[in-house]
Amino acid sequence: MNLQIFTHFGKFILWQKQIFKRPENWSMYYKETLRQMYDIGIGSFPIVFLISIFIGAVTAVQFAYQMAGTLIPRYYIGYIVRDMTIIELAPTITCLVLAGKVGSNMAAELGGMRQKEHIDAMEIMGVNTSTYLILPKLIGSLVMIPVLVCAAAIIGIAGAYLASVPTGFFMDDEFITGLRSFFVPYNVVMMFVKAFVFAYILTSVASYQGYFVRGGSIELGAASTRAVVYSNILILLADYVIALLLTV
Amino acid sequence: MIRVENIIKTFGKQEVLKGISFLFEAGKTNLIIGKSGSGKTVLLKILIGLLHPDSGSVWYENNNLTTSTKDQLRQIRLQCGMLFQGNALFDSMTIEENIRFPMDMFSHKTAKEKLHRVNDCLERVSLAGINHKYPSEISGGMQKRVGIARAIVLNPKFLFCDEPNSGLDPKTSITIDNLISSITKENNITTIINTHDMNSVMEIGENICLLDNGYLAWQGQKEMVLSDQSEVLHDFIFASPFLQKLVESAK
Ligand SMILES: Nc1ncnc2c1ncn2[C@@H]1O[C@H](COP(=O)(O)OP(=O)(O)OP(=O)(O)O)[C@@H](O)[C@H]1O
Ligand SMILES: [Mg+2]
Repeated sequence: MNLQIFTHFGKFILWQKQIFKRPENWSMYYKETLRQMYDIGIGSFPIVFLISIFIGAVTAVQFAYQMAGTLIPRYYIGYIVRDMTIIELAPTITCLVLAGKVGSNMAAELGGMRQKEHIDAMEIMGVNTSTYLILPKLIGSLVMIPVLVCAAAIIGIAGAYLASVPTGFFMDDEFITGLRSFFVPYNVVMMFVKAFVFAYILTSVASYQGYFVRGGSIELGAASTRAVVYSNILILLADYVIALLLTV
Repeated sequence: MIRVENIIKTFGKQEVLKGISFLFEAGKTNLIIGKSGSGKTVLLKILIGLLHPDSGSVWYENNNLTTSTKDQLRQIRLQCGMLFQGNALFDSMTIEENIRFPMDMFSHKTAKEKLHRVNDCLERVSLAGINHKYPSEISGGMQKRVGIARAIVLNPKFLFCDEPNSGLDPKTSITIDNLISSITKENNITTIINTHDMNSVMEIGENICLLDNGYLAWQGQKEMVLSDQSEVLHDFIFASPFLQKLVESAK
């Protein structure tokens, strides 16, 4: 059992090479990539919107609570919310949620195709299924997830504004002043690095779980769960590693 | 023509194929027959490279499939069509999209030419006009025929059929058998069919390979079946008491 983890890890790494092969037919790949981008981008926007607006709002309210009676300048609200969202909350929370939504979906789709022999049928036609089925998903994720993360950051900050200014926790100019203070563009770079890495992790891990599924519907359910759990663990691990590499 | 030499395949401790050598001829309907679980599907999957034999080799004309690289394997497969035991039609695509898929992937035809070819193939299997239905909306026999249409859309040189008439009534079975047989003749295809249907054996068994207990138990043509004295063959062909009685009374 414990050794199997290494077997799977090795297989996973070797499989990555299979994904990046020359497409048989560009227009089929193009169509499939567009479909994936639509599914991932538009399909996930509502949930990303909902989550980031509340995360921003809660951050603001809790900050107001913690700050009460301290000497911390009130305009720090905008600054704190901005940096927390950009550096950590937007990329990490968004990708953890997307691992649940997009990742489990990919694993189930691929697993179903494997079990119904669709993948074998394509292989026999001469299609390189590792490339045809995975590469469009990967490109779709690598393009759309950073966009979603960026949107999440903006929406999060808007959520914080909505929760603090109209409700009277803070003044409009306090919030805006904070938002404009101590801005470090490097943090945005860090956000995008995280978004790309997390997108790669969740897509490849979920695809691996689906593509190599065996057995029947119970195994398919288990694979879909593993897709979410493993990509969540790896995303959190990568988050830590990136934080170390890019800040220390 | 496809030749297998001394194929051995085991799953764990279970020896499924214990050294099979056979020649599948071009322009003929080659049958692999045997009891359920005798390894027909396994042999077919080895022929097409979905499973790797423990030892032995598979030759497509002069190409050795077992030692070929992934890219060479794909080149060989471009000349293959396969009908799966469970059809394996893409269930989120319409019939037309299913049949067009191999062309979309590998040919440079225009959309109009593709549509033309799809309609030709559908007509060939007597299903003209169902282009926009989904696999779940047509009957099992129709699904088989769509599977055949998809398998022949790129004019394959090798056609594989895993139990093309399991689960079908005798009449539809015969239609499908005849369809496969005439397509084989028309295009001089090497067709390999897995079956345990006696009708098929007697109708289209031009080159038969009987698997039993992991060995090649008998080989020959349909004309030889009745007169041959092989015990395994008779056990298999005349398994039903009704047929046994019939043969005895005929004698
Ligand atoms: N992937 C596999 N793993 C382990 N054993 C397998 C596998 N595939 C087939 N077998 C075993 O190989 C034997 C032959 O199976 P196969 O599917 O070839 O039978 P078959 O002749 O096609 O039967 P049927 O007529 O019922 O389709 C069976 O005993 C089966 O248990
Ligand atoms: Mg079988």
